[in-house]
Amino acid sequence: MDIKADIVHDATGTYCPIPITELAKVAKKAEKGQIIELLADDEGAIQDVPAWCQATGNTFLGYKEEDGVFHFFVRKE
Amino acid sequence: MIMEKIKAVALYSGGLDSTLAIKLIQNQGIEVLAVHFYTGFCITETKRRRGEKKEDGSHYINPALKYAAKYGFPIEIVDISDGYIDVITNPKYGYGSNVNPCIDCRIYMFKKAKEIMEEIGAHFIITGEVLGQRPMSQHLQAMKIIERDSGLEGLVLKPLSAKRLQPTIPEIKGWVDRDKLEGIVGRSRKRQIQLAKELGIDEFESPSGGCCYLTDENYARKYKEIIKVENKITQEDLTLLTVGRHFRLPSGTKLIVSRNEGENNFLYGFKNRYHFFEPIGKGPVALAKPLNSDNLPQEDIEIALNIIARYSKTENGKIDILYSSPEGEEAVMEGYKIEDSLIENWRV
Repeated sequence: MDIKADIVHDATGTYCPIPITELAKVAKKAEKGQIIELLADDEGAIQDVPAWCQATGNTFLGYKEEDGVFHFFVRKE
Repeated sequence: MIMEKIKAVALYSGGLDSTLAIKLIQNQGIEVLAVHFYTGFCITETKRRRGEKKEDGSHYINPALKYAAKYGFPIEIVDISDGYIDVITNPKYGYGSNVNPCIDCRIYMFKKAKEIMEEIGAHFIITGEVLGQRPMSQHLQAMKIIERDSGLEGLVLKPLSAKRLQPTIPEIKGWVDRDKLEGIVGRSRKRQIQLAKELGIDEFESPSGGCCYLTDENYARKYKEIIKVENKITQEDLTLLTVGRHFRLPSGTKLIVSRNEGENNFLYGFKNRYHFFEPIGKGPVALAKPLNSDNLPQEDIEIALNIIARYSKTENGKIDILYSSPEGEEAVMEGYKIEDSLIENWRV
């Protein structure tokens, strides 16, 4: 997965639901169409991030794992 | 004439009752924003931090996120952990049956919900609360206090019990049709299950007290013990209450002994701030917090070593244990396995 993000936010070391509250804060400030890359090591975020996108109307673009850190890509709608 | 769109903010746990409440109101054409509060006392968070998974290998889920997505309503997760600690350590209305300071906690959440309501221009609040059958008057009185103290009098609609309660402003003003609300009372879940079917809700979590530690009996017992012995409780104490076996040693030291690999890893994170014990060989790590000073009394060290030995793989009842002080001084000490009946004297 090779997506260029406009905003990168590191939420590693935090666990459910903090990665999501962080993502929501970043998304609130972002402009429509911008791509947010969220870094998290809470494996459960693999379920949480797509669920949050679905519930809030943002677009989940996918994720990749690098050295135990998950990179989630979300487009603000 | 353009009708103003009516909006509501829902206090959302992710459980069936609050899901039903939202669907009932959404079905009346009202825009609902679900708000889920993160208090810092969340069981899912701790389980994930420890790397624990369910028996089937899946992760502990956040039900609020999962079901908001599944049943189609927007959700906001709001972190209220900072102020929440003050609420639970100093509740105006006291504690509930465990250490859930229910009334104070609800007031705190309702105040936050009110802020969000005003921010997004919503008109009222909804919750999934169901009126209790037996302590009904007590419950009604508590609801009244909560609404009054949070400045939301008449603005909190409980769609599942509405027909058994005084009409609220949203009903009086005709924003919602009272006839289409429910009149559920008591703990039987029959009507909720039937309603779920009617509303197309085919999957939900079993109602088991939710994600909050404060309603957990074991947590409550350990919490109250700290207040009694130490007269105060810190954020870190609260975090440590979520892991391990807890002991209060004769000179007042608190000893926390890990129960598994996940807790071992968790406790290692506290190594440099506490007196720390690591068996040399197979056994649980432990940390000790002396009562009034930085020094760990000799009497408590010996008992700590022997308790740790009880949970370790010993040879002829003995195991070497590496001790390190918060300042980083290390020493190898010996622990001797003691009888379970003795250990019970100190278990919290």
